Amino acid sequence: MMRFFNVARGVAWRSIHNTLVNPAILVPSLIFPLFFLIAFAGGLSRIGDVPNFNYPPGYTSFQFVFVFLQSAAFGGVFTGFAVARDFDSGFARRLLLSAPRRSGIIAGYTIGALLRWALTGAVVTVAALIAGMNVDGSGIDLFGLLGLGVALNLVSALWACGVAMFLRTEQAGALIQMPVFVLLFLAPVYVPLSLLTGWIHDVARLNPVTPVLEAGRGLLAGSPVKVAIAFAALAGTGLLMAVFARRGLSAAERAG
Amino acid sequence: MAAEAAIDLPRALPASRPANLIEQTLAVGRRSVVRTSRQRALLIFPIIFPLILFAINGSALSAATRIPGFPTDNYRDFLIAMPFIQGAMFVSISAGVDLARDIEGGFFNRLAMTPLRGEALLMGQLGGALLLGVIQAIVYLLVGVATGVTLVTGLAGAIVLLALSILISFAFASLGALLALRFGTGEAVQGIFPLLFVTLFLSSASLPRDLIKASWFREVATYNPVSYLIEALRSLVITGWDAEALALGFGFTILLLVITLTLSQRSMRTRLARR
Repeated sequence: MMRFFNVARGVAWRSIHNTLVNPAILVPSLIFPLFFLIAFAGGLSRIGDVPNFNYPPGYTSFQFVFVFLQSAAFGGVFTGFAVARDFDSGFARRLLLSAPRRSGIIAGYTIGALLRWALTGAVVTVAALIAGMNVDGSGIDLFGLLGLGVALNLVSALWACGVAMFLRTEQAGALIQMPVFVLLFLAPVYVPLSLLTGWIHDVARLNPVTPVLEAGRGLLAGSPVKVAIAFAALAGTGLLMAVFARRGLSAAERAG
Repeated sequence: MAAEAAIDLPRALPASRPANLIEQTLAVGRRSVVRTSRQRALLIFPIIFPLILFAINGSALSAATRIPGFPTDNYRDFLIAMPFIQGAMFVSISAGVDLARDIEGGFFNRLAMTPLRGEALLMGQLGGALLLGVIQAIVYLLVGVATGVTLVTGLAGAIVLLALSILISFAFASLGALLALRFGTGEAVQGIFPLLFVTLFLSSASLPRDLIKASWFREVATYNPVSYLIEALRSLVITGWDAEALALGFGFTILLLVITLTLSQRSMRTRLARR
């Protein structure tokens, strides 16, 4: 077990170190969520005036939850890019040779993803507060929102690690990113589910990201809804993704 | 491999006389078009991604049409301009990266030893980007019409829309070329891409300017030239023949084209310095 933690700690440290010292990696992961927050909460705030749109804390808070959770998911995605880059550069193969417990590699990358998101999530929260976000939830509610973000970050990082380890090339970037991006945007991003119409309503109703988003918005507003469903969906998907990532690692081991 | 394709001048011209500017441009352009058409991933992603966003946002934001004063009752009619601009931004990256690859691979240095003129090289290099812009514009228009978008200006409006969107793609491609010539690496060109996207999202792409609630955002969108490119394309779909919108759209596009081509030409002289 000690060897597992040593590998995980080493990989996580390297992951976060590379992020912090390389502006080309750090800046986009900070800028993108901020720019989504500005574009959605600023540019689309009139959407909050649509009849039957009812979210008491206001449109900035409504969009903050989406951007906060999106930044969590993309924290995982960006880590997948790093894994793919490590395979392209040959570093990952040396890592596979030297690690006494290889499952610690996945744990290390996911911890790295979480630490990376801790920074992004903090920046997005401060920016939203500066922009006038109202927070009606209690401390426990906000802890729940943070928990949703952590779980989503974990699920996304496991997915990204799995794909990167199966394909072992930077060209896997689009495949890592696109499903996450599409799933997030097929949830009720701009208006509540009840105001969506047509095919997007049917898809959003079945999308597992929808209860996560609704739970997050409920927690921020201090009136929790679907919290148990959201955590159950994330736990189930997380288990599946853990198996997927482990199989990706096995594929990488077999490839040598 | 495509990047290593040679410029096929000897086959195209009699050996007795040197190629003129147009012949040189066509030869370089042919290489650029062949290279672009060989990179299918490069063709597919810039076309698909804006269409995915169009499909999702066209439905997800349809509630916006219930805002009093919204100019149309079909949000897709309003949003169709956005893929054209997103596509043009992808074209700029594609053009810039291709050019940067030629610089990084030493192809430019080898060309510096030939009588090829800088103007021909620059315009020819943009040939592939132009091809991509034409394909994208046609695909976006067809998908838009197939999903229920109706142009109030009819067939003539569709032709003007295609012409403007291709011109916008060309202007953005020359911006990509300028970045490549200035920085010399594909990585630097790709690093600029998020900034281009910021200009799109800080524009009137999702709501009309007069319906943007946050005054600071409305101000930014008003000073952002991308708003006028979008509004010119959009006017052909939902307003009719709006001379002011079209003049501003074509005007800003031509201005961008002139500035970027002029600066690119200067940078090209430095890159092709014959010592």
